[in-house]
Amino acid sequence: MKIILNIWRQKNSSSPGKMVRYELDKVNEHMSFLEMLDVLNEDLARKGEDPVAFEHDCREGICGCCGFMVNGIAHGPERSTTVCQLHMRHFRDGDELWLEPFRAKAFPVIKDLVVDRSAFDRVIAAGGYISINTGSAPEANSIPVERQRADRAMDAAACIGCGACVAACPNASASLFVSAKIAHLGLLPQGEPERDRRAVRMVLKMTEEGFGYCTNTGECEAICPKGVKIENIARMHRDFTRAVALYREASKAAGAH
Amino acid sequence: MAFQLDARTPSGPLEHRWSKAKQEMKLVSPANRRKYTVIVVGSGLAGGSAAATLGELGYNVKCFSYHDSPRRAHSIGAQGGINAAKNYQNDGDSAYRLFYDTIKGGDFRSRESNVYRLAEVSVDIIDQCVAQGVPFAREYGGTLANRSFGGAQVSRTFYARGQTGQQLLLGCYQALERQVDAGRVRMFHRHEMLDLVVIGGRARGIVTRNLLTGAIDCHVADAVVLATGGYSNVFYLSTNAKACNATAIWRAYKRGAGFGNPCYTQIHPTCIPQSGDYQSKLTLMSESLRNDGRIWVPKKKGDTRNPNEIPEEERDYYLERMYPAFGNLCPRDIASRAAKLMCDQGFGVGPSGRGVYLDFKEAIGRLGRKTIEERYGNLFEMYEQITAEDPYSVPMRIYPAVHYTMGGLWVDYHLQSTIPGLFVLGEANFSDHGANRLGASALMQGLADGYFIAPYTVGHFLAQVKPGGVEAEHAEFRAAKEQVEQRTRRLLSIQGKKTVDDFHRELGKIMWEYCGMARNATGLKHALEKIPEVREEFWHNVNVPGSAEELNQSLEKAGRVADFFELGELTCLDALEREESCGGHFREEHQTEEGEAKRDDERFCHAAVWEYAGEDKPPVRNVEPLQFEFVHLAQRSYK
Repeated sequence: MKIILNIWRQKNSSSPGKMVRYELDKVNEHMSFLEMLDVLNEDLARKGEDPVAFEHDCREGICGCCGFMVNGIAHGPERSTTVCQLHMRHFRDGDELWLEPFRAKAFPVIKDLVVDRSAFDRVIAAGGYISINTGSAPEANSIPVERQRADRAMDAAACIGCGACVAACPNASASLFVSAKIAHLGLLPQGEPERDRRAVRMVLKMTEEGFGYCTNTGECEAICPKGVKIENIARMHRDFTRAVALYREASKAAGAH
Repeated sequence: MAFQLDARTPSGPLEHRWSKAKQEMKLVSPANRRKYTVIVVGSGLAGGSAAATLGELGYNVKCFSYHDSPRRAHSIGAQGGINAAKNYQNDGDSAYRLFYDTIKGGDFRSRESNVYRLAEVSVDIIDQCVAQGVPFAREYGGTLANRSFGGAQVSRTFYARGQTGQQLLLGCYQALERQVDAGRVRMFHRHEMLDLVVIGGRARGIVTRNLLTGAIDCHVADAVVLATGGYSNVFYLSTNAKACNATAIWRAYKRGAGFGNPCYTQIHPTCIPQSGDYQSKLTLMSESLRNDGRIWVPKKKGDTRNPNEIPEEERDYYLERMYPAFGNLCPRDIASRAAKLMCDQGFGVGPSGRGVYLDFKEAIGRLGRKTIEERYGNLFEMYEQITAEDPYSVPMRIYPAVHYTMGGLWVDYHLQSTIPGLFVLGEANFSDHGANRLGASALMQGLADGYFIAPYTVGHFLAQVKPGGVEAEHAEFRAAKEQVEQRTRRLLSIQGKKTVDDFHRELGKIMWEYCGMARNATGLKHALEKIPEVREEFWHNVNVPGSAEELNQSLEKAGRVADFFELGELTCLDALEREESCGGHFREEHQTEEGEAKRDDERFCHAAVWEYAGEDKPPVRNVEPLQFEFVHLAQRSYK
């Protein structure tokens, strides 16, 4: 099948970018979207032109490397699918597609479709963990966890950190990403001791990194390739408010005013 | 020159050896630890856990990753689970049984002391991960759930749906980020190690390329830890992530680190078959599927009927027929070869004829669709996304694919390579899996090395050296940096007609054809002629567009493929020299009458440790004899 691609080309973070049109004649319906880009890049490289930079690694939908906008939708039109798992059979012969990088103040463009998502790491470093040094853990079965709770924690923990939620949000908020971690750890008894500190530190860090606020538009949940639920955001707000209101001393220590 | 291979294994009763070794280790006092710099290359399960733990102990840690975040490392792809000898199921498990299963599964080609230690610390890993908040599957009573996994007769595998690797990696990543926040670990994202620097016989640092700016930098350390994963991508198509490469360990090999058993590669039996030439990688379907799925082919050759229309009596459940005791759960190498045998004989299914069925109909009937969904839902979804077939109603089609490399840099009991001060962890080393790795053991080994072994042994090494004493301006660093820059310039200057992937695919075809699931002397010799030819062409006809001073993904790939050519050749050479069959290394000349692998313990009960001898000289094959004091060398049987 034939596919027309308009791809955002930008040499580096300091140069302006523009859309460039490419026509592909021999796209196989069983190809993944990224395999189609591989074919384009091979052609470009053979001609001595600069291939399109895009991030990818596992190509199994789990590493979270890949992700860009296809016709304005993060990871493209298929629900619960990363762009590496999106196959060309979902498109029609002659389709024209527009590929752009994820756009957000906190995700500056590095080159073409590659953006800098290191803000996510810094938000995790601010408190997205349970403080337990290697060797000091108690016997695993001494901490029983209700099965439903463990399942809900796992639902939230399934986040792959791709950043599609930020790209889809009109406010470029990272609330779904941040709340998924707060919920994952906060639902478990192991995460309870640091629940307040974690919520305060992560939420403040998110704002500091330039992500917007949540206004409940729900685009993030609709776009999330792993089905992470917006209910986590409600939990994040509750934990944050509770921590700030009830534990003023602790939240001050964590950096809140 | 030949290596003096001292494995430094402790003596005495097997179960006391690790405790004894720890007791005898020297310690660095807490106040002095920050004076020592440790470089950790790689931030997956092995590297991430080592970097986090060394940071917690107070060392000054620099951790390098070519990714934008440690959470991208390919440990994340592991689906099925992690083994630990907790014996929560009261089904007769113990450290000794896990040790024995691992030794036997590895076809008696690993070191007893190392493997026992792995089994011993496996229980601590589960404690640690649970405390970090890894959401393992639970029973209704709140305790941890287990399942039986590929080749095990006990249920010792802990899992987090079909995303165990992801959850363990996130636990480890969070521990690492906590140390970054505490200022004990400095992360160097998007930095690729391109050389190792050895001064006065000791590993003293690395040379890296900043993948965004192209800057080549020198980093000095008191010890260097490589945890850079395996080299399955030497086959081009594998289940590894696209960026997985051997450059770090290959550079270390060329600086004097011995390479152990490169021919031990694992072919995983349950992957989605290749669909076309454009295929960029193969996708693994967790082996846990074999717990409930039944593998079969039609009894009639070339049967193209819809599988659901083929009646029971016309199906050959060949694993159940050939290996009645283990059936569909026999080890990976055995299941893979059996699938190849069926397809070679013309029983294969699917458009290419290179596939067998993995059928859940019976399990869905017995357990209900809901249970199957709970156990494998995400895997079934992934299968459907890729193939557009619904495995709840049509059997999956699977075929073996390269998945893991048991070979890697040789290490002693301390996980130190033949270069003092250079430690190698996880898949990058050669140690614990012998000639074949059991399912759910890679995660276990990566975390054992990083959380519980290297922090002791690296400390022991540091306690015996003074911190610092070398600067980045040292002549050896300058020379290594110059070589890296020269090589980069050379790759960019060729301006040939073929792309990097053209060459990578060509190498992969040779490797798969002659050094894949079944190998023979004629084929390997052919490969050893062919690979240098293609490599020669690569260095004259590859086209690497772009420049060195920017994000240049073609340049990154080119450097990695250049190293794969050399490693591929060594792999074939090792396979040729090992004139026996063991585990994942199957030499057609050495098989039993029933077509099973036939070891030659008289001649090959050893690890082959290759030593780089120079650009135009053949590498030297050293051996570390394997002594079995506790287990009896037996013919592996799963019948």
